Amino acid sequence: MQTVLSIAIDALAYGMVLFVISIGLSVTMGLMRVVNLAHGAFAMIGGYIASYAARDLGLAYGFAIVLAVFGTILIAIPIERLLYRRIYGAPELTQVLMTIGITFCIIGIANYVFGPTLKTVPLPAQLQGSVDLGFRAIATHRLFAILCGLAVAVALWYTIERTAFGVKLRASVDNAAMAAALGVRTEIVYAVSFAVAVGLAAFGGVVGAELLPVEPYYALRYMVTFLVVVSVGGAGSIPGALLACLLLGGIDTTGRYLMPEFGEFFFYLAVIAIICVFPRGLAGRAKG
Amino acid sequence: MSMTTTNDLIAETQGKRRFGASDLIGLGVILALAVVGYFLFPTNLALLTRIIAIALLVLSLDLVTGYCGVATLGHAALFGAGAYAAGIVSAHYGINDPFAMLAFGIAAGAVAGLICGAVILRAHGLPQLVLSIALIHLFHEFANKASSWTGGSDGLSGIAPSALFGLYEFDLWGRTAYVFGVVLLVLVFFVLRLIVRSPFGMLCRAIKEDPIRIRSMGASPKAALMKMYVISGAVAGVGGALNAISTQVVGLDSLSFTMSAESLVMLVLGGTGSLFGALTGTIVFMFFEDVVSAANPFHWLTMVGALLIAVVLFAPKGLYGTAAAFVARRREAK
Repeated sequence: MQTVLSIAIDALAYGMVLFVISIGLSVTMGLMRVVNLAHGAFAMIGGYIASYAARDLGLAYGFAIVLAVFGTILIAIPIERLLYRRIYGAPELTQVLMTIGITFCIIGIANYVFGPTLKTVPLPAQLQGSVDLGFRAIATHRLFAILCGLAVAVALWYTIERTAFGVKLRASVDNAAMAAALGVRTEIVYAVSFAVAVGLAAFGGVVGAELLPVEPYYALRYMVTFLVVVSVGGAGSIPGALLACLLLGGIDTTGRYLMPEFGEFFFYLAVIAIICVFPRGLAGRAKG
Repeated sequence: MSMTTTNDLIAETQGKRRFGASDLIGLGVILALAVVGYFLFPTNLALLTRIIAIALLVLSLDLVTGYCGVATLGHAALFGAGAYAAGIVSAHYGINDPFAMLAFGIAAGAVAGLICGAVILRAHGLPQLVLSIALIHLFHEFANKASSWTGGSDGLSGIAPSALFGLYEFDLWGRTAYVFGVVLLVLVFFVLRLIVRSPFGMLCRAIKEDPIRIRSMGASPKAALMKMYVISGAVAGVGGALNAISTQVVGLDSLSFTMSAESLVMLVLGGTGSLFGALTGTIVFMFFEDVVSAANPFHWLTMVGALLIAVVLFAPKGLYGTAAAFVARRREAK
């Protein structure tokens, strides 16, 4: 029973971190139809900035998060303007190559600037230790990650379903040309969504630094995981992404606990099975 | 995908099916380069042999990506299957004849091609890409776990190919392996040239352009693509087996995602949809890698990234494709 509970909590925390990072990827992929393999690299940049701010400059944890989110967005804006602009609507192979190229560059630069070692984001005293839930104690940090994930999910759901911006966003996802013809400034919608996506990636990178340690090959190691989440969930769908994160987080964590020697074997097997059964993702629409 | 070299298509629609002058020139260039390489780098034949093995992988990737339009980031699975098959029959079963090892490599590559094709061709677009990535990781994990067969992360050692025709030993200098590799490359190139110009090859190109139309014309896109995947697997298997025979070890890196991604980079660098493009890309990339990564492996990654971005922005047809288009324009202007 104890094992089941700890697996469940770890899986939940892991799934939520995955969700925070990959939901931005899912939204931009549904919106701009860009296969963005460099998304993990933005999460990594966020982690590096937070680590530098909190550990080397001694700033508070909350401040480090804010700095990481805005710093990453600042770095991402010129990249979007100069490089991503040119591959909107291009064939997939072109997009894959461009974004892999960006990922490689970021990895190389991160390695040069910060060195090949693991970087930690020191937790404040409030997030260390554990919380007693009555039936068992869980690490406060895990709880924090789960709550962050829930908060992001609720905030995104509210923005997309209940605000004017959300209406424009949904219209642009469904039919960008028609939305533009009706007076929606799609390029602004694109730019804002891209910035939010990158910011969320950075946020997830910082919050999840305990579970997905920050190092130069972070971008390459988890790139696949994030893509898998989006593809399994169906691009552009928040409930789909949430479901996919919890499902894949569960499979991965269970596999690690019960059969550590098989590594990620079951994770990828599950991915292949799910995509073969649902080629458009769990919540994918008819037109991908 | 718009990265085709259109002059190839034009040449073919004009009915040049037989083995034309351009092929002879191409073969001549390959052989000339092989001879020049032999005399320029007599102490580094191992690198040249590796380039040939990787060139075979890139050629096989070109068959599915360039000619059939299947986007895959997991093509090293086919190469690795060939390498491990050739290595395992030698290390565990004592089958040391190079040609037998080669045959096992080809068979294993074809089987891996069948498996990968069956999985990857089920989806399109992003899911297809993710399936290919999941597959390469699955193959990698499997090879890592089956360590009694594959040596796991230590790599498979104890491969001892016997002398070629019983006469030419695979020596320390790698001369035999190099000549063996060049002959294999020329043979494979010749066969592939025939295949891509056959009615079957044209069918594959047509499927890439418009699968629905092909289906309505009465052909099965899925069956044709599966066939091409198996052929591609066999070619990658040749490359894998050559690598196993020449280096006499097989490491997990031959089944890695990095290897798959790099082979795609080489293909695009040279130009998709043309066999010469695949060869050009491999040679340029591998030499570049050898020079730069010797200086600093991390700068190497940044350089590859910058190179990729530059190719996508400025030469979307690749080096060979751009050059070929330039020559074709010149010819038209005359």
